[in-house]
Amino acid sequence: MSYSKRVMDLYENPANIGTLDENDETVGTAVVGSPACGDVIKFQIKVDEDGKISDAKFKAFGCGAAIASSALVTEWVLGKKLNEASKITNEQVTEYLSLPPVKAHCSVLVEGAVAKAIENYMSKRRKVL
Amino acid sequence: MKKFIYMDYQATTPCDPRVLDKMLPYFCEEFGNPHSSSHAMGMVAAEAVECARQQVASIIGVKDARSVIFTSGATESNNLSIQGAARAYGKKGDQIISTSIEHKCVLESVHAMSKEGFEAKIIPVQKNGIIDLDSLGKALEAPTVLVSVGWVNNEIGVCQPMAEISDICRQRGVLLHSDAAQAVGKIEIDAALVDLLSISGHKIYGPKGVGALYVRMDPALRLKPLFHGGGQERKMRSGTLSPPLCVGIGEACRIASEEMSAEYARLAEFKKYFLERIFASLGKVFLNGDAEKRIPGCLNLSFAGVEGESLMLGMRDVCISSGSACTSSTLEPSHVIQALAVYDDLAHSSLRIGMGRFTTFEEVKYVADKLIEVVTRMRAMSPIW
Repeated sequence: MSYSKRVMDLYENPANIGTLDENDETVGTAVVGSPACGDVIKFQIKVDEDGKISDAKFKAFGCGAAIASSALVTEWVLGKKLNEASKITNEQVTEYLSLPPVKAHCSVLVEGAVAKAIENYMSKRRKVL
Repeated sequence: MKKFIYMDYQATTPCDPRVLDKMLPYFCEEFGNPHSSSHAMGMVAAEAVECARQQVASIIGVKDARSVIFTSGATESNNLSIQGAARAYGKKGDQIISTSIEHKCVLESVHAMSKEGFEAKIIPVQKNGIIDLDSLGKALEAPTVLVSVGWVNNEIGVCQPMAEISDICRQRGVLLHSDAAQAVGKIEIDAALVDLLSISGHKIYGPKGVGALYVRMDPALRLKPLFHGGGQERKMRSGTLSPPLCVGIGEACRIASEEMSAEYARLAEFKKYFLERIFASLGKVFLNGDAEKRIPGCLNLSFAGVEGESLMLGMRDVCISSGSACTSSTLEPSHVIQALAVYDDLAHSSLRIGMGRFTTFEEVKYVADKLIEVVTRMRAMSPIW
């Protein structure tokens, strides 16, 4: 598989690997994919009082494209408001990383992870309110 | 150290320089057509081809060299065996039996024959990759034209019990073919156990583009050829032979038989070191395929929690292959690893390390260390570890 330099850089030095406290009410967590399919991404965001994403972490079991896409999106969502973060699309990820067509599903998975993490955070908020 | 460490000897091997030396004169100087036996140049080429035929016959324990025909490679040998035997002996039965871990060219050939009214019966293997002899016996209750079982598996390196398989087939009078591309030159092969046996040149330090097929002589089998032509190679494989390629596979066989036992012992040491090192440093690593009934130069390992492609990406200076779906164009994990009833996430985590004639101990050490480092790094970022 020949990957772009951006994929390789993110694979070699991925920022934001790790986990946030799932029980924290300001944290939204998503786990997408399945081991059987060869891709599992855990994606978490922490939202501050202004509704901005103040921290993002990921863990990934998957190919180089899955790791790079997840790492990239943790960087992209930082400092964004939730409605801005939810506008990140798989096409943007694919384009930025020049992912080969067979790897497009990795970026779809990541877009889903962002949406699911936001949804998880929102459902916690609704309970609090 | 070299720029890349090659550890993919089941995919292909480098041509041994000694083999190349023997081949070279037959390109420009001794260029005669081996089938033009009416003149001196043709006869020189024919002699070289016949000498090579003898060398190939010898490595599989065959005296009558006429039983060896040359082909373009193991894929052709496998296709010719399966299609040629089914078409020639189809009246014996309409079932063709093979196993779930065969090379694609065997499985595809078997399935292709369904268009001509044959039924493919693919029998499972046990968890260790060894054929289930009871399943074979049971499958043979239906009238069968051919059984095809690979001698040594190309992905996991396990050796099948060919003597037992041979007994079962002989009792029923059913033809037996074996793809021995990964076995020849590595372990002793007795072609008398089977009726048809495929050999590849480039898996045994010979050139790419040449293979051989053993076709039993006594009594002589007659395969229906795959294509029409001048009737060369006992009317089973038309086309002018390439003397340099034939000389290449012949010399490759000669060298391999001479060095086989020493090479086996050397690779067995490498295998022992490598596995001990890996198992001592990493938990949850699984050796795919039987631990003992295998060739030492092929180690297929699954590393829990780590996806194969990302693992290979971390080892870009090492040429290895993975059963991970992400490395295949079909996005399906290896059918061989799946056939072992390995959990899917472990199928995605598999890596094949192939060692051979030019592998050094320093390389084995380097790859083991690097693998431990990368697996540890990948596990730290894995949500399922």
